[in-house]
Amino acid sequence: MSQAMTIHLKVWRQSGPDAKGKLVDYRLEDLNEDMSFLEALDVLNEELIKKGEDPVEFDNDCREGICGSCGLMVGGIAHGPMKATAVCQLHMRHYKDGDTIVVEPFRATAFPIIKDLVVDRSAFDRIIAAGGYVSVDTGGAPDANSLPIPKEHVDEAFDFATCIGCGACVASCPNASASLFTGAKVTHLAHLPQGQVERKERVVRMVEQMKAEGFGDCSNHGECEAVCPKQISIAAIAKMRREYLRALFG
Amino acid sequence: MTLEAHVPSGPIAEKWQNYLDRAKLVNPANKRKHDILVVGTGLAGGSAAATLAELGYNVKVFCIQDSPRRAHSIAAQGGINAAKNYPNDGDTVWRLFYDTIKGGDYRAREANVHRLAAVSNHIIDQCVAQGVPFAREYGGLLDNRSFGGAQVSRTFYARGQTGQQLLMGAYQALERQVRTGGVKMFPRREMLELVVVDGQARGIVVRNLVTGELERHAGDAVLLCTGGYGNVYFLSTNAKNSNVTAAWRCHRKGAFFANPCYTQIHPTCIPVSGQYQSKLTLMSESLRNDGRVWVPREAGDTRSPGNIPQDERDYFLERRYPGFGNLVPRDVASRAAKVVCDDGFGVGSTKQAVYLDFEDAIGRLGESGVRERYGNLFEMYERITGENPYRVPMRIYPAVHYTMGGLWVDYRLMSTIPGLFVLGEANFSDHGANRLGASALMQGLADGYFVISSTVGDYIASGGGSGKVDISEAAFDEAAKAAENRIRQLLHVEGDKTVTEFHRELGQIMWNDVGMSRNRKGLRHAIDAIADLRAEYWKNVSVPGRKDTLNKNLEFAGRVADFLELGELMARDALHRDESCGAHFREEYQTEEGEALRRDEEYTYVAAWEFTGDAGSPTLHKETLSFEAVDLSTRSYK
Repeated sequence: MSQAMTIHLKVWRQSGPDAKGKLVDYRLEDLNEDMSFLEALDVLNEELIKKGEDPVEFDNDCREGICGSCGLMVGGIAHGPMKATAVCQLHMRHYKDGDTIVVEPFRATAFPIIKDLVVDRSAFDRIIAAGGYVSVDTGGAPDANSLPIPKEHVDEAFDFATCIGCGACVASCPNASASLFTGAKVTHLAHLPQGQVERKERVVRMVEQMKAEGFGDCSNHGECEAVCPKQISIAAIAKMRREYLRALFG
Repeated sequence: MTLEAHVPSGPIAEKWQNYLDRAKLVNPANKRKHDILVVGTGLAGGSAAATLAELGYNVKVFCIQDSPRRAHSIAAQGGINAAKNYPNDGDTVWRLFYDTIKGGDYRAREANVHRLAAVSNHIIDQCVAQGVPFAREYGGLLDNRSFGGAQVSRTFYARGQTGQQLLMGAYQALERQVRTGGVKMFPRREMLELVVVDGQARGIVVRNLVTGELERHAGDAVLLCTGGYGNVYFLSTNAKNSNVTAAWRCHRKGAFFANPCYTQIHPTCIPVSGQYQSKLTLMSESLRNDGRVWVPREAGDTRSPGNIPQDERDYFLERRYPGFGNLVPRDVASRAAKVVCDDGFGVGSTKQAVYLDFEDAIGRLGESGVRERYGNLFEMYERITGENPYRVPMRIYPAVHYTMGGLWVDYRLMSTIPGLFVLGEANFSDHGANRLGASALMQGLADGYFVISSTVGDYIASGGGSGKVDISEAAFDEAAKAAENRIRQLLHVEGDKTVTEFHRELGQIMWNDVGMSRNRKGLRHAIDAIADLRAEYWKNVSVPGRKDTLNKNLEFAGRVADFLELGELMARDALHRDESCGAHFREEYQTEEGEALRRDEEYTYVAAWEFTGDAGSPTLHKETLSFEAVDLSTRSYK
């Protein structure tokens, strides 16, 4: 059986969007290395509730790295230190007894804080609403095999379709740019024949919405790719730029 | 009250067409005058909302997550069935229908299941048109695989994340309608009450989860697409926020709850590792295509798996079911694993696990071949357990995964409350007592893309939901007040036990007594124990914080209160059903070989429970299932 661990947490507490926040120290004993990081936060919350205090609010849902609800800065890194891992899949075995871990919300102008570690990422939905789809109404679609698509095109499209919309790319970008998120959807659809009809207006509308939401520009830091739990390549951003220029001048 | 299923006349293969031929239509210019409320944005809700808005209805959509893209459909891994017969291996609509009705152990409504199979092909067409990147062959056509023991390859898939890709398709279609104004989206809202006016569902009360405000919304029909209730077991593969509250609130308002005891326990999940465990993770069933399930022949054998020679291993699925081997349906595989663990053959530190071994597959396909098929699943396993499944066999154990039961609906997906429609996992209609793999995604999208648009239109064109209702009406006041009172009560108990402690206790009762294997004594115990726990809850739960702010613990408190009522109903339903069928295994009713023993003479019906004002005394109504198209046979996977 695994050894009990003690972990010191410094957690960002902020009671509301306009309240002043601060880091609060907590000490957690008897943690277990098989626990997930969110389960350690569950332990903290149970202790707080037992004391009649407000638990720490953090978004989470599937806890298997696919819904994109969770998103925390753990030790200064979006989703924590493990590569290709959403924070819900981060496990305590990657920490040592006695470690101190700082836990903060994703910070970006376009992601205002709601409470504690919970932020408002609805800007992402508005970027998709601007054009991140193929305009086909239900019914009347041709037989699925009437449109052969080379396997490699689909595989490449897929690599960009795996985005979970968590916002780690924005949180880790010095400019708080949403280019990786937006570029991933643009690239997914640009690689497929279904996406060709609306290819130009899609990229223009999505890029303009991204700017309108207050996300910054991309300056090729590459932090987004480094923290992306789905390892979406920064090539998406180059593709988005090419698509954008092609749409305007092509 | 007699349950009228409104199944159309005619031979089974013509029923849906007959319905469509006769369904009343809403004039296109009038559709925008009708408000439709859609609760939940998974495959069923997302697809329904997008489709209805495309048709011109005015749609308001609500979800508890911060974005409609996060509904738990997203976590489905394996695939989606359709009767395309692209591989030319003999599949037909009939065969998909037959497999589904048989897989459900003849406890589903025949006409619904046939319709599901009949529209399945359109789903694939629609999703491909949206840009869903299904797996393809090198020639550019769609790839299929066999799934969950099916004799044909009819499952379309998108790596191990089919649910995600299908949900993105529905979500993007939904967002497109947000842009056009056809859909107004309300995220971070939880439905707490249904509003019934003159006997029809005409509105909902939702809590704004950020401000705590109770908001009222009126409409001409309400679509409940709120998923299943597996979290009543505390540990399940469901997302943490999945819950029964919206459905249960409707049940309390008059919607019958059908077959609540039919719970699918999925055989291939990562085992529980400790008390702190917050949820369980499913490993796709596709792993059983190449993995072999075994335990040591000697009980209590503590050698590492690599040191146990072949002849000292018991490949118990291959031994008991030589015909299907490791690919027997979920209910059969789960029970077999429970039996060997209960008999002391389990492995790992908790002894509540069996091995799923890829040694042979690696020998046959090479490590790279196995990686190509299952790479992401192997990575996920290693991330969670810290063990490398290319070197040591996976340890798996069954976990609660899906609930076949749900609100009773007729053929039109309408509940016993006119104007309240229920779609996807939240209803009971298509999977009988056991769901086959890759059928949940099919049902969610069939209901949302292809069924509801016609049936809601028919309802409205026939005069349902006519006349405007106003949110200041007395029925809205009452509903809002009821929601408000519950919240206030929860905050005012100020007891010593946390919501999670209660939930975990409930989960233990459910897992032990209303789990994979049930008996009269255990079920009676569960009914009493749950009633006691529920009474204690309202005296001793601790919910700190305020109601006028984001307070997830308060949200959970409301959900666990409803689970404490549902759990008892599940136990009552399991106790009343004196037979074994599908996932409902009653120890008193088994064959000599330990297989499920159905009692068709007495129990070929849907048990639909009516709320009577007291959680302890529901009234049972029966919808007799008549099978015109298939003969009832005993499932055998030998």
